[in-house]
Amino acid sequence: MISRIGRRFKEILRENGKAFIPYIMSGYPDMNRTIELVKILEDCGADMIELGVPFSDPLADGPTIQKAAESALNNGVTLASVISLVRTLRSGTQIPIILMTYYNPVFKYGEERFVRDASSAGVDGIIVPDLPPEEAGSLIRLSKKSGGFDIIFLLAPTSTEDRIKRVSKASGGFIYYVSITGITGSRLSMDSSIESHISEIRSISDKPVAVGFGISTPEEASVVSRFADGVIVGSAIVKRVEGSDDDLRKYLLSLRNSIK
Amino acid sequence: MPALNELEKAYYASKKDKAFRSELAHLQKSYIGRPTPLYFAKRLTEGLGGAKIYLKREDLAHTGAHKINNALGQAILARRMGKKRLIAETGAGQHGVATATGAALAGLECEIYMGSEDIVRQSLNVFRMKLLGARVIEVSAGSKTLKDAINEALRDWTTNVRTTHYVLGTVFGPHPFPVMVRDFQSVIGREAKKQILDAEGRLPDYLIACVGGGSNAMGLFHAFLSHRPSHAAGHIKMIGVEAGGKGIETGEHAARFAGGSIGVFQGTKSYLLQNDDGNVLGTHSVSAGLDYASVGPEHSFLRDSGRVEYTFANDDEALSAFELLSRTEGIIPALESAHALAEAVKRAPGLPEEKIIIVNLSGRGDKDVQHVARIKGIEL
Repeated sequence: MISRIGRRFKEILRENGKAFIPYIMSGYPDMNRTIELVKILEDCGADMIELGVPFSDPLADGPTIQKAAESALNNGVTLASVISLVRTLRSGTQIPIILMTYYNPVFKYGEERFVRDASSAGVDGIIVPDLPPEEAGSLIRLSKKSGGFDIIFLLAPTSTEDRIKRVSKASGGFIYYVSITGITGSRLSMDSSIESHISEIRSISDKPVAVGFGISTPEEASVVSRFADGVIVGSAIVKRVEGSDDDLRKYLLSLRNSIK
Repeated sequence: MPALNELEKAYYASKKDKAFRSELAHLQKSYIGRPTPLYFAKRLTEGLGGAKIYLKREDLAHTGAHKINNALGQAILARRMGKKRLIAETGAGQHGVATATGAALAGLECEIYMGSEDIVRQSLNVFRMKLLGARVIEVSAGSKTLKDAINEALRDWTTNVRTTHYVLGTVFGPHPFPVMVRDFQSVIGREAKKQILDAEGRLPDYLIACVGGGSNAMGLFHAFLSHRPSHAAGHIKMIGVEAGGKGIETGEHAARFAGGSIGVFQGTKSYLLQNDDGNVLGTHSVSAGLDYASVGPEHSFLRDSGRVEYTFANDDEALSAFELLSRTEGIIPALESAHALAEAVKRAPGLPEEKIIIVNLSGRGDKDVQHVARIKGIEL
């Protein structure tokens, strides 16, 4: 069964478009604001939303998202409360929602219980940067059984051909291409290596490829969207969620308009 | 993952390579000063009145702790792999000093991540690393201790993986680190086995070592671990001592086996101090080197299989043992090692005089002198 994420990508690609996938941290600055932000993101043309789940030791994240996670944890945000948040959001939106977290909260929650509760609440998939496909056998099986809950895996500039094959086979919905060797919010280096590596991925895999980590300006988003199926922007948005809504909307629209 | 695969391949290739092995053996002897002595602590033994206590003197290894065994091995492995730069995390500073030393010896650049709280506790080691040509990078995220330094080192490694080798300091992290670090440290147990046979004509009855990540304990235990109970080493009781901090009931400790549950952290499935939501809890220990929320996965295996017993010593017990050894034997132990000693102090009096205990004296206490003075309210 095709997932909501897969369906959305199909629609976008059929119309020759590119996906805009913004990231925000759940519960930062607080849960009510997260609900407002989801609406703003959707209004400004997001195709799917990545919702961060705070973790005490966010290895793949740079300072912006680390701070947001710390503050969300101080607000008492947990994996369970993010799942209920999505249940609440579902009364108002059908936009695909992807959780981004680390493996231990999922492990502690229980993989089977997690996939059941998350998919019944309306979560469409999960990205777990510290879980390689080699260690994800049981989670992948549960996702297949669920019919529509995607486990999305990552590729990096250092990924070899074997790695691309393995990740492509395992990844549901799309492949998350990490544009840099590094952490979220780092500076993107705009050379041709991303493009050539993505064309290598395309020669091996027919899954959509979305690019994230380090994209912050509309110019960067525009360049990346020329060869990727989707553009993920995280830290640069998280930095702006405490500012005025007008500025945020303006920024989001400038991203949206540059991704095509 | 590709970095880990590259490392695994390089490590196994080096293990088989005669030139690498002989270079390592040569450096262990001429640079680290191995074998380190196995010393019979006569006055300590007589004072406690019970089993004979031997100390494996890793405190006499170059740089003052067992950490050099691993750091040096990884430094020459990194050079062989063509890496230009070493990074490492450090808690007590011993692994940072050892890595900075290995980098100087191998002619590599070196940067060390250290939690800001540990920088205060271990200022002497910070200066030593700088003298050795390393840059010390302060980590002020999270609990500002070892686990946060590891997070930051891992972030650096993912960013600079092509040129950089990450010298993980303990039997933790993703494969092949736990295996590789154990192998480099296992020289401790191999020597101790031979030395006790020379001294006593038989194997010991007890092995005691402190367990932070667990590298000195794995290093001591490994040569004595036998899969068959019928083996001559099958009767040896092995005890790992965790940091009990201010007491398990206070929540301020680093006793993963006494107070934790299984989790997945920093690339390893093992016992972990965590809350019900899977977030990692803060830890406390008087010794920076034991102040860590998880423990090497092989220790978890040895614990669950029942082969090794794990217990803990509180801050106060470790501090008493620290002073006791200083006074009775003229050896100032590292506060980490003082946890292992504290367990020997508890056990020895209840055992017959013919029993033999080997305590791994994993490091010397010079680095802790200021910290202990501060705790005792003495201005230096």
